[in-house]
Amino acid sequence: MTMASRLTRQPQHEFWAGARQTIPLIVGAIPFGIIFGTLAQTSGLSFGGAMGMSAIVFAGSSQFIALGLLGAGTPLGIIVLTTWIVNLRHLLYAVSLVPYVKHLSQIWKLPLGFWLTDENFMVAIHRYRQPDPSPYKHWFQLGSALAMYVNWQLSTLLGLTLGQNIPDATAWGLDFAMVATFIGMTIPYLINRPMVATVVIAGMTALLARDLPHQLGLMVAAIAGILTGIMLENHLEKPHG
Amino acid sequence: MANEIHLLIGMTLVTFLVRYPLLAMSGRITLPPKLIQALNYVPPAVLTAIIVPAVLVEDNSLWLSPNNPRVLGALAALGIGLWKKNLLLTILSSMGVFLLWKTLSS
Repeated sequence: MTMASRLTRQPQHEFWAGARQTIPLIVGAIPFGIIFGTLAQTSGLSFGGAMGMSAIVFAGSSQFIALGLLGAGTPLGIIVLTTWIVNLRHLLYAVSLVPYVKHLSQIWKLPLGFWLTDENFMVAIHRYRQPDPSPYKHWFQLGSALAMYVNWQLSTLLGLTLGQNIPDATAWGLDFAMVATFIGMTIPYLINRPMVATVVIAGMTALLARDLPHQLGLMVAAIAGILTGIMLENHLEKPHG
Repeated sequence: MANEIHLLIGMTLVTFLVRYPLLAMSGRITLPPKLIQALNYVPPAVLTAIIVPAVLVEDNSLWLSPNNPRVLGALAALGIGLWKKNLLLTILSSMGVFLLWKTLSS
């Protein structure tokens, strides 16, 4: 992702660059969307319910978890509560974006908020943190967001229609594509000891905390990782002598 | 189905109300430099917290073995990602290793 130098500073260039740089993440999301669509109807969600969920909730991992809970006959309130906890990580994304979107109008902030996903955040924050002074970096975020959104709708639809005809579509474990994508997005961060420590502690904590209710372990692990990184960074900066 | 509509509205509200409010108020928020520094660790920390259990946990117990195709796929992603530094290549080859191993071991 080092295309910044080639970008001329115009909104449409930022927009298309955002969409283009999201292509690998789209490739990773397609199998995930297809499996969501395939599983939806066996979990008790109607065709319209599944499309509607992808269209207005637009949060892949919580949609998956909701399917599992629906299939197990979980009460509606618990599903909503679990969705909230699983999506709490977006709070960390939103805080991270504050310095970069504060000058925008609500007409921008509202859709950027609605379309904020893991993939969109990772691509956008990388662009925002590049040092060039382009005033249109939010167009980059928008391009990435729309690309993810359109793709999520299409792959949900594919799963709902074609998925039924593929034998054992869910047994192939294609949801591993999400894991592969997330590993690929993590690797560029592994550039120093505090970052590596963050990853090690977040991963270990996630394993240890996996039995916490409503997927709360994710947030606990993320915060443990962040605190480890910042503490080690401060420690390394201190002069020893 | 009424229940389905309630579910969708509930999930949409709680998701949007996590994503949007801080952006909405961002004009009035000034983050302390220490916090901005800490936020650099958000992406790798969250991603890893999702990845590790997804790779290693099966039916709520640890599956740490070369027979676990997700372990092989994840190691492939890590190796190729560090070596080639190309996201699309990393995803595709990791998926390839995962599927190959899954087919061979089943």
